[in-house]
Amino acid sequence: MEEKLLLLGDEAVALGALHAGLTGVYAYPGTPSTEITEYIQASELAKQRGVHCRWCTNEKTAMEAALGVSYVGKRALVCMKHVGLNVAADAFVNSAMTGTNGGLVVLVADDPSMHSSQNEQDSRFYGKFAFVPIMEPSTQQEAYDMVVSAFNLSEQVGLPVLMRLTTRMAHSRAVVTPGPVREQNPMSFPTQPADWVLLPVNARRRYTTLLGQQEELEQLSETSPFNGFHEGPNKRRGVVACGIAYNYLMENYPEGCDFPVYKLSQYPLPKQSLCRMAAECEEILVLEDGQPFVEEQLRGVLPTPCRITGRLSGALPRTGELTPDNVKQALGVPNNKAMAASEHVVPRPPALCQGCGHRDMYDALNRVVREYDNYKVFGDIGCYTLGALPPFRAIHACVDMGASITMAKGAADAGLWPAVAVIGDSTFTHSGITGLLDAVNSNANITVVISDNLTTAMTGGQDSAGTGRLESICLGIGVDPAHVRVVVPLPAHMEEIMQTIREEIEYKGVSVIIPRRECIQTLKRHAKEARNKKSNEA
Amino acid sequence: MKLDIILSGVGGQGILSIAAIIGEAALKEGLYIKQAEVHGMSQRGGDVQSNLRIASQPISSDLIALGGADVILSMEPMEALRYLPYLSENGWVVTNTAPFINIPNYPEVETVWNDLRSLPHVIMLDAERLAKEHNVPRAVNMVLLGAASPILGIDFDKIEQGVRRLFARKGDAVVDMNLRALACGREAAHQFMAERRDK
Repeated sequence: MEEKLLLLGDEAVALGALHAGLTGVYAYPGTPSTEITEYIQASELAKQRGVHCRWCTNEKTAMEAALGVSYVGKRALVCMKHVGLNVAADAFVNSAMTGTNGGLVVLVADDPSMHSSQNEQDSRFYGKFAFVPIMEPSTQQEAYDMVVSAFNLSEQVGLPVLMRLTTRMAHSRAVVTPGPVREQNPMSFPTQPADWVLLPVNARRRYTTLLGQQEELEQLSETSPFNGFHEGPNKRRGVVACGIAYNYLMENYPEGCDFPVYKLSQYPLPKQSLCRMAAECEEILVLEDGQPFVEEQLRGVLPTPCRITGRLSGALPRTGELTPDNVKQALGVPNNKAMAASEHVVPRPPALCQGCGHRDMYDALNRVVREYDNYKVFGDIGCYTLGALPPFRAIHACVDMGASITMAKGAADAGLWPAVAVIGDSTFTHSGITGLLDAVNSNANITVVISDNLTTAMTGGQDSAGTGRLESICLGIGVDPAHVRVVVPLPAHMEEIMQTIREEIEYKGVSVIIPRRECIQTLKRHAKEARNKKSNEA
Repeated sequence: MKLDIILSGVGGQGILSIAAIIGEAALKEGLYIKQAEVHGMSQRGGDVQSNLRIASQPISSDLIALGGADVILSMEPMEALRYLPYLSENGWVVTNTAPFINIPNYPEVETVWNDLRSLPHVIMLDAERLAKEHNVPRAVNMVLLGAASPILGIDFDKIEQGVRRLFARKGDAVVDMNLRALACGREAAHQFMAERRDK
């Protein structure tokens, strides 16, 4: 294929994985990782090859299914946003303990600056924690090439490879030239089947093996084509540029940087190369997007009195993503002359769409709960988190996927009433079901609102795992059928919805209210698709 | 050549389509491109922006530095002002003047326009009104792109080809509508610049 393509970083990963002979992609939607799976879902090659690409219920089920693909010798990609790796962590960390058979790439998209997330955790720490190789691309072309290499590396060392993107890599487009298309792997079974049964006796053996592999992994980092030492005459400072930080560095030196530069895109840390740089330079400036992963390690590694600067030293801001401007400052390059901001600009926060069913749900909920003295509403992750902002100011907490139900339960256990949970349909199936079972088992006095818009709306309207089955799921868990109530969130039904909420708050036990109306964004899309289909037929 | 553009607006106004067409045109010219987009939560009626960088030499950074943008291309007047610190000394602002008011504290629109008028290099046009007048109400973003075309330094016919390619699968009627929108924006910009020169 000679054709040049203009691809998002996410799309470059997806295409690279397909060309590497992918058998299945496993993912739960999460910004900024969603477009990887969507690209594969729309791909002709994926259709021809029958590549599995249906959304998973959550990141843990995705990770485990991908490990199953690897078990039978085929290549699997699992994609998630950074906080998704917390959900998948049990499976992820233990996939390094079992080792892999077919290539397994765990793609995690971090979100420094929290554009669409509740924290800016750096997934490289998870990679180190699990003792697996980590890769992070600096360009979209490298993202394409790297995912192919990551599958090969995974099969070479028998371990999952963690590939890390950040928002700016995931959601930035550039020209990519694709490479050759590889066949999918044939089925094959592990040669050491006992490795996959992590009884203590096997796990201890595997752990020793895994630790023994670390030196080899470090050597592979030293020789990786994605890492490299670039000589520079000015030894006052050496620069370690990780992943996308390399771009912000080189933006300042179009003719080449006069400091020695180590471009770092594969881990574990190539200590020899970095020690060499430290021996030559008075100072090492570490540029890394996210948390000070490399900077912290270097402080423990370097034998020389070389000064290390970066996010910990204050040379770069401790929080937030790298920008061309904060990198300039760290390098001592003067910032451009910039115009002052106009004083007539005010913030424009995101808001629930006009006509969205969540609006009517919050409207009704607010009117009812304000009749009580000590109510609290525990929210969850999705569009409806925006209910925390004006005009609704309707929720008092939003922590992690599914926490609304369990936090409401805990608060109710401790005596709070009314304790209300608000959760979306997709978040409920992701991580709310088990919490609801806990609540039923202890007959917690909570009211759960599952605001069902029939989709995973926040990330762009992907399928929701429980559509059409929410009532039967709740009944199956053991919620009293008299207290599973469905309403249609429209202004015309306000009285009925309020009455339902009031009755269920008054009921001393677990009740579930399901306001159900399709997301207006997917409704518009479906109408448009139907129109187009009709006009094409005509 | 080097062209750094900040596209701005409110979620849903179609700035990514503008970026896609300029990107298409640049790709066919054999230029290097980097375009950083915003997805996710901020798309819900919040302010959105995209950094589009085009050059004849390889481009390093995905983001434009403060004081580095050659053009701010905005679907909304206050959103144009939001990114002024990114505009270079000789940079242009091309903006729709029709405000998108979805917040209670939106400033007096006349003060926003005055800030814009005081800039040395600016093209202002009511792209929504123009789109309605020319019977292309759904192509407001293409009116704006047309208005920017005189100062982008990309051949106008390359931009037209970009429109043809991007909308080809939607049929000839859609392509024609977008081309008309492009042309009326371009004409309005020429007129605006001529009037400003005469003053």
